[in-house]
Amino acid sequence: MHSDDFEHDHQKTRAIDEALSRIGKPIPEAQARYVAALEDCECKEGMFALAATRRQLFGGAGVVAAVGMTTMLPGPAMAKAPPGAGEYPVQADSTKEQGRMMGADGGYGLRSQFETDVRWVNPTKTAGFSPLQNSYGTITPSGLHYERHHGGIPNIDPARHGLVIHGMVDRPMRYSLADLRRFPTVSRTYFMECSGTTGSEIMKAREPTAQRTHGLVSTSEWTGVPFSTLLKQTGLKPGAAWVLAEGADAAVMTRSVPIDKCLSDALIVFAQNGEAMRPEQGYPMRLFLPGWEGNISIKWLRRLEVSDKPFYTREETAKYSDLITTTGKSRIFTFTMEAKSVITFPSGEMKLPGAGFYEITGLAWSGRGKIARVEVSTDGGKSWHLASLQDPVLAISQTRFHFPWIWDGTAAVIQSRATDETGYSQPTHQQLIVERGPLESGSLFYHMNAVQSWGIAADGSVKNVHPLG
Amino acid sequence: MFTRSVDPKYGALLAAAVAVLAMPSVALADGYPAQFEFGAPASNQDIAAVAIAIAPDGKGLPAGKGDHAAGKRVYEAKCGDCHGATLQGVPGLPDMPAGAALRLIGGRGTLTTGNPVMTVESYWPYATTLFDYIRRAMPFQSPGSLNADELYAVSAYILAEGNVIDKTMVLDAQTLPRVQMPNRDGFIPDPRPEFFK
Repeated sequence: MHSDDFEHDHQKTRAIDEALSRIGKPIPEAQARYVAALEDCECKEGMFALAATRRQLFGGAGVVAAVGMTTMLPGPAMAKAPPGAGEYPVQADSTKEQGRMMGADGGYGLRSQFETDVRWVNPTKTAGFSPLQNSYGTITPSGLHYERHHGGIPNIDPARHGLVIHGMVDRPMRYSLADLRRFPTVSRTYFMECSGTTGSEIMKAREPTAQRTHGLVSTSEWTGVPFSTLLKQTGLKPGAAWVLAEGADAAVMTRSVPIDKCLSDALIVFAQNGEAMRPEQGYPMRLFLPGWEGNISIKWLRRLEVSDKPFYTREETAKYSDLITTTGKSRIFTFTMEAKSVITFPSGEMKLPGAGFYEITGLAWSGRGKIARVEVSTDGGKSWHLASLQDPVLAISQTRFHFPWIWDGTAAVIQSRATDETGYSQPTHQQLIVERGPLESGSLFYHMNAVQSWGIAADGSVKNVHPLG
Repeated sequence: MFTRSVDPKYGALLAAAVAVLAMPSVALADGYPAQFEFGAPASNQDIAAVAIAIAPDGKGLPAGKGDHAAGKRVYEAKCGDCHGATLQGVPGLPDMPAGAALRLIGGRGTLTTGNPVMTVESYWPYATTLFDYIRRAMPFQSPGSLNADELYAVSAYILAEGNVIDKTMVLDAQTLPRVQMPNRDGFIPDPRPEFFK
């Protein structure tokens, strides 16, 4: 967020405060008449303001005529608008003319053309980082959910896609998307994080913003079929201990998964945030292993092979293994994403307009369960204070925290430290380096969950700073 | 029935899974059948079309063979543009996020330094993984396009250039799983014992 944006947000906050101050007072007469008109409208099938207007406009000719008209309306100019938005004319006074009619968006809603947050894509086009610094609440919009691909995003026709379950099972099966949808489903709100997130920050501060340091984590509501339900259909042969999951992308991405995870909380997911899962998340179906490193939740899932041993695929040996440089040995099958947090406001590249009150806010999560507490420091870790956790605090999901702060206008370092319900607390960079050895540029330090520091200069500018200097 | 066919050591897990399914939020209680009629039995053809994974035991490796000399031709035609004439990557290509992904050989003795060079030669524990990965994901512009002879040959080329095998060695379904990689014992299945308080 730049200073202009900050000023814009500041104005927005004032406007909201002003609006809130009117709660409980009489509404203006014009607004009262408008609300009354809505309540009287005949179009009870719609109950939306513009539907009523449309009905009135077309003289009650009926829904069919109205729909016929809307299909002839010009759509928004997509090329000029930010991604996910449509460019519409801005009215001189939006209270003096009708707003645009429904349907101009083709029936799928767009965001405001004045909102510009997008994923930041790395130079090799293999990872898209979610704009955490401008996030609200805990759910990541599907279009801003982080993405990480190993062979691009395949475009899959569900009619031609099937999931084969075979190997050490009694009854090998093939399921289409339509088959999966017929099973009893569950919906769960879970975070997902790439195990490489923040790894390049282990030795020094490199990336400028929360988006680029921590943006490979997101939270969605996922809907699918428990993997255990499908394994109940196929049966398991004695000795079944691992399942190879394989995707239908150009990397034909593969990981080996212990059977106990498959039989506990693993899901075969086909929906995200209430609609079909996005292609970049694995449409038409993906594996979802709650609390585990993102890459193992294989997207575009085409095959599950039950085995007695892991396969030692490239993505669980050459990559996504944790080299301990003090010994030269690597830990493999380090699945769980442990407790982590980041302050999203204020964060890197923002600028505070001056001393005074700020609400520090951020996100905390743990693959081991619920966040028990988040502590905030505004003096570089000398003292810590409990932040308030926003309900609901869900297991293996992101939790939003808030902390009131009066900035005195002098240089400060702000940090957050999450502790989960198992008692595990976020380590420091130094603790991680002692445990696993140093790892310089060009390599990845997976499962890097050290406490993040943001330095605030006396002029209010915020930047990524490193406790090791 | 599912529970009859499962290893007893997973019985408790199964019970737990069933318990999860019986929770009120899922409501798989009365009215939910134990078995569903959805999906179709997977035919041998369905399975054969996708079952390409090769584990370290080499089970399922295809017929065919190849050596360093044949592999050099495959490599130069299909791999060298990205991985370089000397298998050290190509300067100017974007730095891969996971380090020296383009670099295939070298790096022995660097794993205990702060700048480890993690290549097929220095890091990968199994030659079967190399074969499996090339077959599923390479060449980058036409993944899955090499035939079995080409796969064995280019694997032999990379391994011989990295001094893991002799240049005269012929790789096939029998010899490939027996290749001893330098970092074969470098991996510990370890669920991260760290617990920070």
